[in-house]
Amino acid sequence: MSVLVSKLNPRSAEFQSNRDVLAALVEDLRAKTAQVAEGGGAAARGKHVARGKLLPRDRVAALLDVGSPFLELSPLAAWGVYDNQVPSAGIITGIGQIAGRECMVIANDATVKGGTYFPLTVKKHLRAQEIAQANRLPCIYLVDSGGANLPNQDEVFPDRDHFGRFFYNQANLSAQGIPQIAVVMGSCTAGGAYVPAMADESIIVRQQGTIFLGGPPLVKAATGEVVTAEELGGADVHTRISGVADHFAFSDVHALGLARKAVGNLNSRKSVTLDVKPSIEPLYDPAEIYGVIPTDTRKPYDIREVIARIVDGSELDEFKQRYGATLVCGFARIFGYPVGIVANNGILFSESALKGAHFIELCCQRGIPLVFLQNITGFMVGKKYEAGGIAKDGAKLVTAVACAKVPKFTVILGGSFGAGNYGMCGRAYSPRFLWMWPNARISVMGGEQAARVLAQVRRDGLEAAGKTWRPEEEEAFMAPLRAQYEAQGHPYYATARLWDDGIIDPADTRMVLGLGLSAGLNAPAEPTAFGVFRM
Amino acid sequence: MFRKILIANRGEIACRIAKTAKRLGIRTVAVYSDADAAAPHVALCDAARHIGGPAPRDSYLNGPRIVAAARQSGAEAVHPGYGFLSENAEFAALCREAGLVFIGPPPSAIRAMGSKSQAKEIMGAAGVPLIPGYHGESQDPEILRRAAEEIGYPVLIKAAYGGGGRGMRVVERPAELSAALQSAKREAAAAFGNDRLLLEKYLSRPRHIELQVFADQQGSTLHLFERDCSVQRRHQKVLEEAPAPGMTAQRRRQMGEAAVAAARAVGYVGAGTVEFIVDSAGEFYFMEMNTRLQVEHPVTEMITGLDLVEWQLRIAAGEPLPLSQEQIALRGHAIEARVYAEDPGRDFLPATGRLDHLRFPEASPHVRVDAGVREGDAITVHYDPMIAKLIVWDEDRDAALRRLRGALAEFQVAGLVTNLPFLAAVAAHPAFAEAHRETGGLDTGLIDRHRDELIPLPRPADDSVLALAALSELLRVDREVAAHAARSGDPTSPWHYRDGWRLNQDHCHALQFKDGEQIRRVTAHFRRNGYLLELPESTVEAAGELDEAGRLTATLGGAVARATVVRRGGEITVIGADGCHALTLHNPWQQSMEEEDLGSGLLAPMPGTVIRVGVAAGELVEKGAPLMVLEAMKMEHTLRAPADGRVTEIFFAAGEQVAEGAQLLAFEAEAKP
Repeated sequence: MSVLVSKLNPRSAEFQSNRDVLAALVEDLRAKTAQVAEGGGAAARGKHVARGKLLPRDRVAALLDVGSPFLELSPLAAWGVYDNQVPSAGIITGIGQIAGRECMVIANDATVKGGTYFPLTVKKHLRAQEIAQANRLPCIYLVDSGGANLPNQDEVFPDRDHFGRFFYNQANLSAQGIPQIAVVMGSCTAGGAYVPAMADESIIVRQQGTIFLGGPPLVKAATGEVVTAEELGGADVHTRISGVADHFAFSDVHALGLARKAVGNLNSRKSVTLDVKPSIEPLYDPAEIYGVIPTDTRKPYDIREVIARIVDGSELDEFKQRYGATLVCGFARIFGYPVGIVANNGILFSESALKGAHFIELCCQRGIPLVFLQNITGFMVGKKYEAGGIAKDGAKLVTAVACAKVPKFTVILGGSFGAGNYGMCGRAYSPRFLWMWPNARISVMGGEQAARVLAQVRRDGLEAAGKTWRPEEEEAFMAPLRAQYEAQGHPYYATARLWDDGIIDPADTRMVLGLGLSAGLNAPAEPTAFGVFRM
Repeated sequence: MFRKILIANRGEIACRIAKTAKRLGIRTVAVYSDADAAAPHVALCDAARHIGGPAPRDSYLNGPRIVAAARQSGAEAVHPGYGFLSENAEFAALCREAGLVFIGPPPSAIRAMGSKSQAKEIMGAAGVPLIPGYHGESQDPEILRRAAEEIGYPVLIKAAYGGGGRGMRVVERPAELSAALQSAKREAAAAFGNDRLLLEKYLSRPRHIELQVFADQQGSTLHLFERDCSVQRRHQKVLEEAPAPGMTAQRRRQMGEAAVAAARAVGYVGAGTVEFIVDSAGEFYFMEMNTRLQVEHPVTEMITGLDLVEWQLRIAAGEPLPLSQEQIALRGHAIEARVYAEDPGRDFLPATGRLDHLRFPEASPHVRVDAGVREGDAITVHYDPMIAKLIVWDEDRDAALRRLRGALAEFQVAGLVTNLPFLAAVAAHPAFAEAHRETGGLDTGLIDRHRDELIPLPRPADDSVLALAALSELLRVDREVAAHAARSGDPTSPWHYRDGWRLNQDHCHALQFKDGEQIRRVTAHFRRNGYLLELPESTVEAAGELDEAGRLTATLGGAVARATVVRRGGEITVIGADGCHALTLHNPWQQSMEEEDLGSGLLAPMPGTVIRVGVAAGELVEKGAPLMVLEAMKMEHTLRAPADGRVTEIFFAAGEQVAEGAQLLAFEAEAKP
């Protein structure tokens, strides 16, 4: 394989200033992550612990194999939403190893609004199930939730992708042979009762876990019967009498130990059909990526400098290197797994789009997972290019991306604008995972372009009406548009709304891709059938 | 020379005898009890015969059965080793009657030396110096009182047929005599079935020095110099050495002559040991003669270059002594330490269990280890809890002591408690280390006098022990996962990493160790190249490598530390430069599982005998209520109710033997609302 040679000078002033800027963004990301990790605040945490319960993150840690990685999903979900009162959207989701098996963990955080489901909580729960389905990951639900957040019932209950979908998914995942294990560590009221009830195997903690369709107040209101929660739906009732739960646990830790045993008894063995080679670290330190990314987003840089800090041995066998140079395509390995890299290195032209479509066909033919490194302002515009059929060439790339059934992974390294987002496997194209860097931006077009387009439209209207528009008026019109785009295009805004699976430290890109690739290999390869390519 | 001998013993001495026999081309037959079917001495011999149950009286003390085994196997002679039947005149006679050679003295010599009073009479007649005393038949208090006056206070009261310190009293003043006589009489009667007492002059700060003698059937007798066995605790030898510190050539000659005279006086044949008690002025008095090979014979071998077992075999086969007295030279200094499974902190209570990990110091011309156990073997209640004898040799005593300390530090045992730290403390103590100088203080009271320095209180694990334990545990998980990863269908996956990776967060893992009664917590923060360990007293960067054998090379805060860490189940033993520390890893999942198992019953924590059952089947009990009392290793162990609940069934009655892990009773914890 060809080894990439870095032209980067880590001692240059430019490298250092680049590094400082990105490092500050990562610092901010870590600070916000640490903040949401505190869950619902000191008082709620204190109350939770006083009941003898483990905090949700401690539950996850105690469930996972000691020291093993945890690929948490969207920890900054609901950041800045709901008055920023629902950290991580009140639910912890992520992939971790249990008894040597990659599993999806879905854990309610009862310290956050009693673990109730806000709209984004629902979205995050469903996204975790979607990932579990795509990658065939057993699901472990650590249930401690008051159910739907009642004031928001219209946004969490009725629609297709609302609360009911959890159980639809549980049934169908189970039907597909994807194990569903529930650990009841707190309330499971009303609809929530179906999480353990629909699980393949369920565990309940005495004096803590309760499962009932109607809680004591509702029972009293309905029938006048006075009953304690434990009598109504506690561990003893459900493991001894009703059979709603299977295993009786003395404590959280005990329950998690039982859940580990349950996973240990799944009788599954992962077999990878790819041609895997030994994993080799990149020749260049991944942390040097900080110095690669220019502080000015308009300034171009060679994407190979990033690739050299992600792939095994910094080796990349480029495809069509001399053609359509603004899209770098090539074969490489990450943790020994073969991957096809599709990376922007400038604006997309017809040639780059054709090259990308061709390369994606190759990867699908060979069953090689695709990694999209997205930094794209869009397709080239202008008379010449429209006449050259850039729309149909772009369509070919989008068709190839949409239909490719090999595992796809997308990292948004910089801009993600317009149709470039589609051609480079944006969220709508169902990559197995999509991550953003903290310096990235996502919107239908750049804030400046949007402001100019809208200003132009307005100016045309005013001028048609015979009015004039002074430059300061135009600036006053454009400024809030720019601000809106900057705010809504920001990774925190994106991740808050589950447009991604999390913002990652650029230095972790290799690790995150490696974890995602390996997790993805739990699902068998699927053949690809492409739609009609407009020629 | 014999073609085939039977070794009527077990453990290290059986192995020791087999080795010499093998070297001389003599075939060997081992005997073994049920407990020893897989023992090293059985494997080492050419043939083996089963002789009965684990209790010594059913096997190694069963003379007729051993003699039968010897005859059936075609052995010509029987080597009794030490202990068991080695000083049993009836057994020696039994061998003779069966046409077997007993490798030892004639029964008459054994009998003569078996009774202390008779032996002293013979010795007195032979001119062997005796400690002033009264050995008369009459036990009339007045006669005893007068005898005591004559001997001069302080006097020592001893049981005529006793040993092991029972029936013994030191009387400082005449007024105390009569009470002491009465209590000694009672004790002697209870212990030995005979209440006859004798009186002796009590020597303060005495030393125990013994002479190795050999006599052949042709009538020649000689000695192989002395051994100093003064370092004792409760008449149990701890360290033995040769030559005796401060011994002069003249005194050696005198003692040698006395020992030879003693052996001649009883018509001795074979290897024997004449024990003397030596006062601070160097005056020596006959104590007793051991008519067998001694445990500590290797120190004599080390300073003479001779094989004492070979000599025993040659003499028993009728050959004359291989050398004359003049041909025997003494070179250098040798020390033996007896490594025992026992707990010095609990009054040397014998320990039982499995030798999970056993590493001897490397053998060399300077270091010898005589052992009869291997790693994985059990030390049981049935036999002596000796693990091995460590013998060192060098040109002089200081050099030999350095060897001893070095070898003790290399000696690694995990799985049960040993006296290794105690031995190391004695070896390092000035009273012993300086014994050949003026400043030393070697006598039989050394250990009692310095008890506090030699048997320190168990100290809690310090930060470095906890750091090594935590690091080894983390590295062990790494090793296991790496091995699992290599076998898995996805060997290169980063999911196999155990560096605690988290998305934009740091991660740590809390380890808990049970250290005695205390829970000690170590928080390991995952770092790029190792861990930051938060310990009770400090915080340290730690990294290291752990090999398959449990050898850990650690870097703790920039300093390199080496240790061996043995893990069996949750038991972790850290064997480092500062000795050995046992911890129990607290596994939270496991602990809760145990809690879950409450209802399943109560198991015997060790093999023993049920001495009391405090409940009846069906009885309701409160948590902590005593249910059953076991006696094991001379200690009572009370089993208590683990929770409020009901005893549903009792499986053993008082007096019954139980094996370790046996379910003693069924218990049903009360379901709590």
